[in-house]
Amino acid sequence: MWGGGKLSYFGGRFLGVLGPGCRSSQTKGPRLISSAVYSKNQLSWTLEIKPGVFNEYRNMWFKSYRMTFSCLNRMKSYRYPWTRLYSTSQNTVDSSEVKTFLALAHKWWDEQGIYAPLHSMNDLRVPFIRDNLLKVIPNHQPGKPLSGMKILDVGCGGGLLTEPLGRLGASVIGIDPVNENIKTAQCHKSFDPVLDQRIEYRACSLEEIVEDTAETFDAVVASEVVEHVLDLETFLQHCCQVLKPGGSLFVTTINKTQLSYALGIVFSEQIAGIVPKGTHTWEKFVSPEKLESILEPSKY
Amino acid sequence: MAARLAVSRWGLAPAVYRGPLVSCRRWSGASADTVYDVVVSGGGLVGAAMACALGHDIHFCDKKILLLEAGPKKVLEKLSETYSNRVSSISPGSATLLSSFGAWDHICNMRYRAFRRMQVWDACSEALIMFDKDNLDDMGYIVENDVIMHALTKQLEAVSDRVTVLYRSRAVGYTWPCPFTMKDSSPWVHITLGDGSTLQTKLLIGADGHNSGVRQAAGIQNVSWNYDQSAVVATLHLSEATENNVAWQRFLPSGPIALLPLSDTLSSLVWSTSHEHAAELVSMDEEKFVDAINSAFWNDANHTDFIDSAGTMLQYAISLLKPTKVSARQLPPSVASVEAKSRVLFPLGLGHAAEYVRPRVALIGDAAHRVHPLAGQGVNMGFGDISSLVHHLSTAAFNGRDLGSMNHLTGYETDRQRHNTALLAATDLLKRLYSTNATPLVLLRTWGLQATNAVSPLKEQIMAFASK
Repeated sequence: MWGGGKLSYFGGRFLGVLGPGCRSSQTKGPRLISSAVYSKNQLSWTLEIKPGVFNEYRNMWFKSYRMTFSCLNRMKSYRYPWTRLYSTSQNTVDSSEVKTFLALAHKWWDEQGIYAPLHSMNDLRVPFIRDNLLKVIPNHQPGKPLSGMKILDVGCGGGLLTEPLGRLGASVIGIDPVNENIKTAQCHKSFDPVLDQRIEYRACSLEEIVEDTAETFDAVVASEVVEHVLDLETFLQHCCQVLKPGGSLFVTTINKTQLSYALGIVFSEQIAGIVPKGTHTWEKFVSPEKLESILEPSKY
Repeated sequence: MAARLAVSRWGLAPAVYRGPLVSCRRWSGASADTVYDVVVSGGGLVGAAMACALGHDIHFCDKKILLLEAGPKKVLEKLSETYSNRVSSISPGSATLLSSFGAWDHICNMRYRAFRRMQVWDACSEALIMFDKDNLDDMGYIVENDVIMHALTKQLEAVSDRVTVLYRSRAVGYTWPCPFTMKDSSPWVHITLGDGSTLQTKLLIGADGHNSGVRQAAGIQNVSWNYDQSAVVATLHLSEATENNVAWQRFLPSGPIALLPLSDTLSSLVWSTSHEHAAELVSMDEEKFVDAINSAFWNDANHTDFIDSAGTMLQYAISLLKPTKVSARQLPPSVASVEAKSRVLFPLGLGHAAEYVRPRVALIGDAAHRVHPLAGQGVNMGFGDISSLVHHLSTAAFNGRDLGSMNHLTGYETDRQRHNTALLAATDLLKRLYSTNATPLVLLRTWGLQATNAVSPLKEQIMAFASK
């Protein structure tokens, strides 16, 4: 295993767990204004991209936000909830990302192949999720510590994280917009009768299942996903919608820092070739502060 | 239809090149075979203990474990009066492992003998080394193999919901998974039994002895050679009852002879000697046999004046440097008679597998390493393998890992190869060093032994290493 690869990821990473307490309230608000806000929001985001100017990044974002979208501020003071956007099915799936992953769809389960860093990260992610969920379960069965939990793995890819969670006893639904990934995942779990029963895969995006599965999951896991989505706020909002009251949201991603640019993109992609070129774009990396700022205002 | 894949496919994964893989078949379609989580092939001391340890592990509560044993189930209704001639020296580390799944309690309820001191000395000189613990704690235990097996069988029955034992079942064929996932190819190991039935497993553990079928089928290279020695074992009656808590070993030029305590009046003999002499010993009549044993321990015919004076000189020098307690050479208890029909011989050799693990395969016990009995470490190394492998598998299960993944299997391999290689090399070196009465070597080993005996920290290190 390439030890250096591991190091680069751990250096620039943060693992954020939010919850319990992701609550979604039911009041609705005026929709027209909100959709306008959101489309403008997307524009404002692209204007603000200035790699390397991290310290100024946040301030500038807030400034323009305040200037341009004063109406949104007013709405925020009323604490309008996220669910007003039910009918706006914003697409968070980035089609260019889909193309990148389609090319590598059959390589998921080669532990020494392209996805080796993700395999080795399981040593960190699975105990992280398991230990935090065990805090919430009163008496857990030895051997199947997560049994009884329903987990949604968003952007499950080939099922690298879904399978360990299934082995620990949870019922897991894994979703991914790339059909080939789901096929690989499906094929891989079909040989294990226990996993076959506990895991279900669906080739769809989060938006498509948000309405059917509102408030049904004990935990939602979005691991190494948020740096690939188009609209982060909508994505996180949908994640919270499908969570039960008191459920937990687990997000793991690469932090947006100078170090992550140096190690995660320059070294891993261009120099050492640990990660295929074009997998990550630094502009889309998410910092913990940004995640907090998105989720906090709505009291999640 | 099964298709054979060329070995050259391995070239695609250069990072982990593990030698030529014996042909791997493609299985089309899922079969109705049970998929076991772990299959242990070989139900001897080490195989049964492995299955037991996994069965009692908390993270294996809902896993399916299978133990395959070629022989019949041995039921021990009542402990026989006569002691068996096959005994093992169990180190404190192994005793801890056995008590972790409750087998040690059964052994204590049956019978065992603790020894507190070990004297090892040379036939060609006065040099000796005495091992004992500071407060005369138990250094180790002599337990009959049948007693250990019975204790393990009882504990296996206690977890029969997780561990299935198939007696009179021998695996005749293995099919290894392909190195990378392919559509329709099962990622598990397929095992064909003698009666034609097949089963699948996520991890196959080979505990089938030094002629391991699993190791051969996997194509793992084995470094091995036969010693020009056979071991004779017997149960002996001592001429008088003594406290009998000392283990004795004398290195004769033909090979070491050891007396291990079994009870106040009984001891077990392990005499490694040349093939011809061993055959003679087994066939000679009892009186002559007893005389041979006694003279082997007491006879000083191999002493030479030169070596004796050299030894005395060093002893004097040591006593100037540190006021040691003078460990005068003690003599073992004399033997009166031998238990009828208890004399058996078996050949000796050394063996070490180049790799302990392959994807979805692990070797433990004699399948991985075979050693000379002079250090009493054979089964203890096997139990050490079990401790390490169970620790790695338990952590992997709690992390939701695939049990056959090389990630934690290589952790086990590194752990154990480091320990076992050192011990094997040391034992082989000792055997060769003591197989001669050529003067320079005798001088070297005499002085070496005396010096080691004088340096207590060194002795403690040796004991600690052997007690693991």
